[in-house]
Amino acid sequence: MTKEINLKIDGIDVSVDDGTTILNAATKANIHIPTLCYHEDLCVAGNCRVCVVEQKGSKNLIASCAMPVSEGMEIFTNTGKVRLARKHIIELLLSEHNADCTKCYKNGNCELQMHASEMLTGEPMFIDLAHTRKYTIDKYNMAIIKDDSRCIRCQRCVRTCEELQSVSALDVAYRGNHMKISTFFEHPLFEVVCTNCGQCVNRCPTGALIERNYVDQVWDAIYDPTKHVVVQTAPAVRVALGEALGMPAGKIVTGKMVAALKRLGFDSVLDTDFTADLTIIEEGHELLSRLKRVLVDKDPTVALPMATSCSPGWIKFIEHTFPEYLPNLSTCKSPQQMFGALAKTYYAQKRNLDPKNIVSISIMPCTAKKFEANRREMRSSGYNDVDYVLTTRELGIMIRQAGLDFESLPDEHCDSIMGSSTGAAVIFGTTGGVMEAALRTAYEIVTGREVPFEGINVTPVRGTEGEVREASILINKTLPEWNFLEGVELKCVVANGLAYAKKVMQSVKDGTGNYHFIEIMACPGGCLGGGGQPIPTNREIRSKRKAAIYEEDMGMPIRKSHENPEVAEIYKDFLGTPLGHKSHELLHTHYTPRKRY
Amino acid sequence: MSEFLKRVDLIFGEYSDQKYKTLEKTVKRPTEDIIKDVLDSGLRGRGGAGFPTAMKWKFAMEQPGDEKYVICNADEGEPGTFKDREILTKVPRKVFAGMAICGKVIGAKKGYMYLRGEYRYLLPDLLKEIEEYEKTAKGLGIDFSIEIRMGSGAYICGEESALFESMEGKRGEPRNKPPYPTIAGYLSKPTVINNVETFVNVLMICRIGPVKYKKLGTLDSRGSKVFSVSGDTPKAGIYELELGMALEKFVEEFGDGDTKAVQVGGASGFCVPRKKFKDTIIGFEGVPTGGSMMIFNSSRSMYNVLHNYLDFFEEESCGQCTPCRVGCQQLRIGIEAVKRGDKPINYLEQLMKLSETMKITAKCGLGQSVANSFSSIVNNFKEEMIY
Amino acid sequence: MTANNNLIKELVNQYGRDRTSLMPILQGVVEQNNYISDVDMTEIAKELDLSAAQVFGTATFYAFLDTVPRGRFVIRVCKTITCDMHGKKLIIQTLEDMLKIKVGETTQDKKFSLLETNCLGWCHKGPSMLINHDVYSELTPEKVQKIIAEYIHK
Ligand SMILES: Cc1cc2nc3c(=O)[nH]c(=O)nc-3n(C[C@H](O)[C@H](O)[C@H](O)COP(=O)(O)O)c2cc1C
Ligand code: SF4
Ligand code: SF4
Ligand code: SF4
Ligand code: SF4
Ligand code: FES
Ligand code: FES
Repeated sequence: MTKEINLKIDGIDVSVDDGTTILNAATKANIHIPTLCYHEDLCVAGNCRVCVVEQKGSKNLIASCAMPVSEGMEIFTNTGKVRLARKHIIELLLSEHNADCTKCYKNGNCELQMHASEMLTGEPMFIDLAHTRKYTIDKYNMAIIKDDSRCIRCQRCVRTCEELQSVSALDVAYRGNHMKISTFFEHPLFEVVCTNCGQCVNRCPTGALIERNYVDQVWDAIYDPTKHVVVQTAPAVRVALGEALGMPAGKIVTGKMVAALKRLGFDSVLDTDFTADLTIIEEGHELLSRLKRVLVDKDPTVALPMATSCSPGWIKFIEHTFPEYLPNLSTCKSPQQMFGALAKTYYAQKRNLDPKNIVSISIMPCTAKKFEANRREMRSSGYNDVDYVLTTRELGIMIRQAGLDFESLPDEHCDSIMGSSTGAAVIFGTTGGVMEAALRTAYEIVTGREVPFEGINVTPVRGTEGEVREASILINKTLPEWNFLEGVELKCVVANGLAYAKKVMQSVKDGTGNYHFIEIMACPGGCLGGGGQPIPTNREIRSKRKAAIYEEDMGMPIRKSHENPEVAEIYKDFLGTPLGHKSHELLHTHYTPRKRY
Repeated sequence: MSEFLKRVDLIFGEYSDQKYKTLEKTVKRPTEDIIKDVLDSGLRGRGGAGFPTAMKWKFAMEQPGDEKYVICNADEGEPGTFKDREILTKVPRKVFAGMAICGKVIGAKKGYMYLRGEYRYLLPDLLKEIEEYEKTAKGLGIDFSIEIRMGSGAYICGEESALFESMEGKRGEPRNKPPYPTIAGYLSKPTVINNVETFVNVLMICRIGPVKYKKLGTLDSRGSKVFSVSGDTPKAGIYELELGMALEKFVEEFGDGDTKAVQVGGASGFCVPRKKFKDTIIGFEGVPTGGSMMIFNSSRSMYNVLHNYLDFFEEESCGQCTPCRVGCQQLRIGIEAVKRGDKPINYLEQLMKLSETMKITAKCGLGQSVANSFSSIVNNFKEEMIY
Repeated sequence: MTANNNLIKELVNQYGRDRTSLMPILQGVVEQNNYISDVDMTEIAKELDLSAAQVFGTATFYAFLDTVPRGRFVIRVCKTITCDMHGKKLIIQTLEDMLKIKVGETTQDKKFSLLETNCLGWCHKGPSMLINHDVYSELTPEKVQKIIAEYIHK
């Protein structure tokens, strides 16, 4: 039982649980206190000091984000002393800051700018320090740009990379006036262990960490009459895009998104869900084939457990951190890259197009996908399988640029050939989704029956944040050809966020984790919490997006990947059999060990 | 020495605890008695903040569990302070004995001394003394071992929570408080951290008893204090004096006859101009000091003095919090700009307000105390800032 | 395995693999090599299961944990107020003239580095300086010349 604490904030009586911070207590009383270093997902840093408030009887102000409430406390959030202090702090930050907002990607979407505008900063109070500094801008990375001249040193990125991702590609370096956020020896991001997950980008309050954007390139392609521009959208985008356009979190906007994409001028609006279903077929067969080779053929070269491979942040992480486990990764490309490879082969054939005139765009909740699309292996069509990757945020920008009133758009449907989707594909967007989708299909292949869960909701593998979820499924009454799996308990584990991925891999390494199948998503909550999703993203928002995803799944007429009619068609017309020659060529890939330090 | 300035011989002399006799006697006493003596003595920490030592120990004592730590803060980095070095050179035994008593009181088995990197040359002798201590402790059945950890050139690591971070192998960035060290200090375990001199004072209280100890000093500032005197003085050096003296007497004794100002408490302390010598008491009721007394005569430019301090803070700030990281830089370039005439004289007012903001918003004592020297120097020597 | 790898292994064996050993290990490397190289840092990161950026971030916090190559004898002259008042400038000048380097630099023969530092706790005998661990106080240009002459022959 936690104790209730009573305090007064600006004269209002508030009762909160013991241990609550003043900031959260104020929020409860509908009093807004400005913050910069604070982020719901991260431990409290208390370093920006904009959240200071006055406590009765105390000479010094206190940082409300870092101070727990105590009985009888009297807090004032808007005294003259507080206002001047906050103004000083914002002015100090601005004096270090390259504040040419009109040249900044975060213009209009920046927490520092917002505070500055609220405080009516006019003529600078203090002497400009920014122009005496040599700030570095790291723009050599395909996914992320780091611009130190816009950094306010709040350390959100550092805490993100350490606490959520256990990567620590970024840390604080040097001291005092020279203190900065730095990679190892200030190397460019592409040379270090950064996974491009973009979680830091999503939490950076300013323009210091941003995605490399391809908005103009995509417009150019659209305007080019010689080009046929196809666009695919990932499942997690449709439960978050609304937020980037002023709608509340947790709204499913699939139909409006399709309508918007058509109005933007894409020649064909297709669906990553299609290749998500394809991934399930390929990956499901790969798992079963690995199990067979281990259990029946006793083939020692086959690696188990098998781990999912659709999260490119996770791929880069394992390449750096556990390279000895690369054989355990499924060889399946991510749905985005399967789509890309097929767009310039199968789709081109079907639509009678010259692949060289196809521009393939993907809309992703993810920054790591920008890096993935640029990997050397990702040219199996003979071209760049995916030309440009936009984040959910960038699509939001394009929709605003085009002047569309998003909320009033009618619902429209994706075009066909690679445009159909199932509930199984939709849940790819959340942690545990790939596992559930794979089980829905694999179980049915092996037993001829649906997975034995009510409404085929495989709830035991539905991952949650902040934990490693283990589950096992007993396989019985198999079809004859699969009788080697009779009585086998299929052991699965699901983790989201690289900190938890690391835990899983360590348990595999030290033998305490005994699994057949591992699902990892690099981002907290899975793709719905991806680094390319609208800002802010936090636990509460993620849980709303997650609910929307399951709602979308339940509403789909088809909820199993192997029942997607277009998937059946592509195997009949083009691919042949799962894991067949053509699949191998277009849909599977290999990985590169990278240096750990 | 004038009759007003009583030299004391408690810390360095009196009794050097040969063979750890006081320790031996003390550990046999009930814990409550020891802590009561420390409480009665009125001892306040000698590291600068002046927190009552007995209270600190009591909080840690009341924490459950037996993984607790005693840490001796030997990071002495405050400009003008060198008294801990002298103590560690002359009477390290008293320090270790004091730590062991603390270990017994709070129920800790492990003590550390965090020694600043600049004092690395003291290490061999200190290790020898620890060997001696451990032998004695074994003989007396004291289950408390002491280890030395070195700093590496960072003033901020003298701040207690930054010191823990440093010992944990991290950047020395101060933590949020609460939680305080007695609840969650080193490795997030209950920890008592005291200054070198504080531990010696405890030992001496155990030796002479609180009644005799209390006779030294004033009501608010009990006991003696080791002062490090430097600057424009013919008598630079280490002096053990009673607390609560008037600055005037101090200047009489140590000044060179032309003293214009005394910086009490180092760069983070206050600058007292001549006209205020008379009314200034050295001690917790007046101007507190960790021991640093820097004397300036009229040949010195107080602008240069302030500039030097600001340089120091700018470099030694850990850099994490806005008011301190950027504030220190702004104060320095601000006074430069006024001096050059690039900023109007009233910009000094703006800077004074900024230093006030730093005082009330900075995350730790470093940023909070920059205003002490800034406002006391700018207020008292304004012409020197301008011309 | 290089000599440095051996050094780090030894230090790790001596102090342990916990993060609390990071400072002593970094100090040990500086003691031996006068600075910590990028290769050393990655090696330490590997042994302690930290990221290389974390080791770099920690090392760069501390003035005495150099991350650029330094000479065999690192001279650190106190620049804080009392030493400054008592003629630190002249001391620096003398050192610069003798060693033919500026503050922040290292001699060609990698023997000396000249740096400034904050208060050394010898203010009553300023100006003062450290050469590696050893302190020299009450410095005058003549005294400095004598001290450095001795080091040149070391
Ligand atoms: C910037 C800063 C530097 C400090 N440096 C020291 C120091 O070098 N030695 C010290 O004993 N206390 C130092 N302190 C004070 C410590 O944080 C702490 O209060 C002290 O060690 C407690 O010991 P005491 O109660 O015995 O004084 C410093 C505080 C700050 C804010
Ligand atoms: S980061 Fe924010 S304040 Fe800075 S330039 Fe960009 S929009 Fe402006
Ligand atoms: S993109 Fe991800 S891995 Fe890279 S620095 Fe940011 S949080 Fe760390
Ligand atoms: S890069 Fe962004 S998140 Fe990181 S410290 Fe700078 S402003 Fe904060
Ligand atoms: S006040 Fe200065 S030293 Fe203290 S935490 Fe803030 S930046 Fe660091
Ligand atoms: S939000 Fe509280 S200190 Fe930054
Ligand atoms: S000022 Fe130079 S040693 Fe203190």
